Amino acid sequence: MKFGVVVFPGSNCDRDTLFILQNVLRQEATFLWHKDHDLGRVDCVILPGGFSYGDYLRSGAIAKFSPLIEEVREFAERGGLVLGICNGFQILLEIGLLPGAMLRNKNLKFLCQHVHVRVENARTAFTHRARPGQLLRIPIAHFDGNYYAPAEALSKLEASNQVVLRYVDENGEATEPANVNGSAANIAGLINPEGNVLGMMPHPERASEAILGSQDGRLIFESTILWR
Amino acid sequence: MKVRILVSFKESVLDPQGQTVKNALHTLGYGFIKDVRQGKVFEVELEGLSEDQARTIIPEIADRVLANPIIEKFSWQILSDGEKVQQN
Repeated sequence: MKFGVVVFPGSNCDRDTLFILQNVLRQEATFLWHKDHDLGRVDCVILPGGFSYGDYLRSGAIAKFSPLIEEVREFAERGGLVLGICNGFQILLEIGLLPGAMLRNKNLKFLCQHVHVRVENARTAFTHRARPGQLLRIPIAHFDGNYYAPAEALSKLEASNQVVLRYVDENGEATEPANVNGSAANIAGLINPEGNVLGMMPHPERASEAILGSQDGRLIFESTILWR
Repeated sequence: MKVRILVSFKESVLDPQGQTVKNALHTLGYGFIKDVRQGKVFEVELEGLSEDQARTIIPEIADRVLANPIIEKFSWQILSDGEKVQQN
């Protein structure tokens, strides 16, 4: 499987992601420059974490107008796999490939810590290697991760199993304290109805080697690699 | 022509920054402050557009770029034109 990792000015998890894909998971992977007009022959596009355009205006708001994003949109509409991590998730919301928006964290703090997330839907391209309900320990690092969607949109997401990851405590309970950023319904990761576009706030690339304290993030990449 | 565009959260969206400012004001003894909503102000200078054209283009820019319509609303006014406020 060939991965393309999109690089915006201000991306800062692009190299970590490429490293995990190439050196740990032994996959073909390449950088894609945001000003290009061609994705090449990739099977999965990753929008990495970071602060594209300094998070000016709103997180992901300027990246939305990058030339390559039009290609990503068409790629997604053709059924190509797209994974947005952290800032990548924020970009997917801004361009409307996923519903909703991100607000500032409820405690107004930049949160950089390990969290537990529960796999709510283990039948997706990005999670099928997990057991339903499996807990993953993966770090988050964001200021704007407080997921918001209007009530009717939230019920639709729940009814169609589009909530893929939820913030939980170490016992797997979706409690209020475990919901560190204040997200609606403890949502940490979402998929589109077609099942080929996932956005998630936790950073799987920061939890894919034993030396990093957790390898739970590998499950996301390994699922993607073994899909189809 | 100068235009001022104000972007703020919709009433239905909780504004944690506004809440924090309100709490700080209460702590300082301004207990009569019922609510605070924080927003963003953009002052945009236009060139070569008629006022009619500006009236079409400003809401377009605000809706497409400056505000995220899922969580935010906007209002605007042409500054060099008697401070006429236009709600979206």
